[in-house]
Amino acid sequence: MGFMPFVFPFAELEVGQHLYWQLGNLRLHGQVFLTSWIVIGALLALVVVGTRKMERDPRGVQNLLEFLWDYIRDLARTQIGEKAYRDWMPFIGTLFLFIFVSNWGGALVPWRLIHLPSGELGAPTADINTTVALALLVSLSYFYAGLSRKGLRYFEYYVHPTPIMLPFKIVEDFTKPLSLSFRLFGNILADELVVAVLVFLVPLVLPVPVMFLGLFTSAIQALIFATLAAYYIGEAVEEHH
Amino acid sequence: MDSITTAASVVAAGLAVGLGAIGPGIGQGSAAQGAVEGIARQPEAEGKIRGTLLLSFAFMESLTIYGLVVALVLLFANPFAG
Repeated sequence: MGFMPFVFPFAELEVGQHLYWQLGNLRLHGQVFLTSWIVIGALLALVVVGTRKMERDPRGVQNLLEFLWDYIRDLARTQIGEKAYRDWMPFIGTLFLFIFVSNWGGALVPWRLIHLPSGELGAPTADINTTVALALLVSLSYFYAGLSRKGLRYFEYYVHPTPIMLPFKIVEDFTKPLSLSFRLFGNILADELVVAVLVFLVPLVLPVPVMFLGLFTSAIQALIFATLAAYYIGEAVEEHH
Repeated sequence: MDSITTAASVVAAGLAVGLGAIGPGIGQGSAAQGAVEGIARQPEAEGKIRGTLLLSFAFMESLTIYGLVVALVLLFANPFAG
C-alpha cells in the first residue's frame, strides 16, 4: 500500500522506522512487501506440494490441506449459509490462511537476523496499511455478494426490521472496516511491542510465556477476521421474509 | 513538539489504555463467570463453551486494543506535533 498522507491519513500511523521504496509519487513500506511475498510464497509452495501427487488416502501435507479445507468449509458454511457458501469459501480461506501465516511468521521466524538499511522485517499484519486493505476488500466483497445475489433488493437490508434502523446500518458500513482493521493491527502490534519491551527488560526466560500467549492471540485474531468477514457476507446474502 | 503537547499526549495515552481496560475487564469477568457456571452445570459441553468464550474474549479485548491504537497514535504518530 502506498504512503499518501493527504489522501489516506491511516498511512501515517506508523511505529518505528520503515524501509521506504520510491515508486513514482508513492512511498512504499518495503519490509511489508518483502514479508508478504515470503508468506505468499510459503503458502503457494505448501499448496503445490500438497496437491502434487494426490492419493485416495491422504498422507502428510495432503492430509493437512484436507484438514484445513474442512475447517474453512465449516467456518464458511456456519456463517454464510448452505446456499451461498461455495462462492465465498476461497475468499474466506485465503483471508484466514494469509493472516494466520503472516501472524505466526512474524512471531516465529527470527527476522532480526536479517539486517535492513532501515526498519525491520516483521508480520505484514502489524502494518496498518495491510489490515486496512484486507478490511476494505471485505467491505467490497459483502457489497458485491449482496448486490449480485439480490440485485437492488439488497438495500431492503438497510430498512429491514424498521426504517428507524437506516442511519445505524449506514454508520455500520463504515465502522465494519474500521473495527476489522484496527482489531487485527492493534492485536498484532501489541503482541510485538509487549515481546519487544519484555526482551528489552529481561532478555531471558520471561518473554517465552508471553510469546506463546502472542501465538495464541495471533491465531485467534486470524480466526476472528475470517469469521467476521464470512458473517458480513452472510448478512448481505441472507434472504428476509 | 512543545512540552505541553508532549505532556498532554503522554497523559492521554495512559488514560486511553487505562480507562479502555475497565469495561472489557468487567465484561470478561462476567463472561468467564457465565462459562464456569455453564461448565459446572454441564461438564460435557466444556469444549464448545471454551471455544465460544475465547472468541468472545477476543471481541472484548479488541475494545482495549482500540484504546491502545489511540495511545500509539498519540505517542508515535502525533498529529498535533508541530
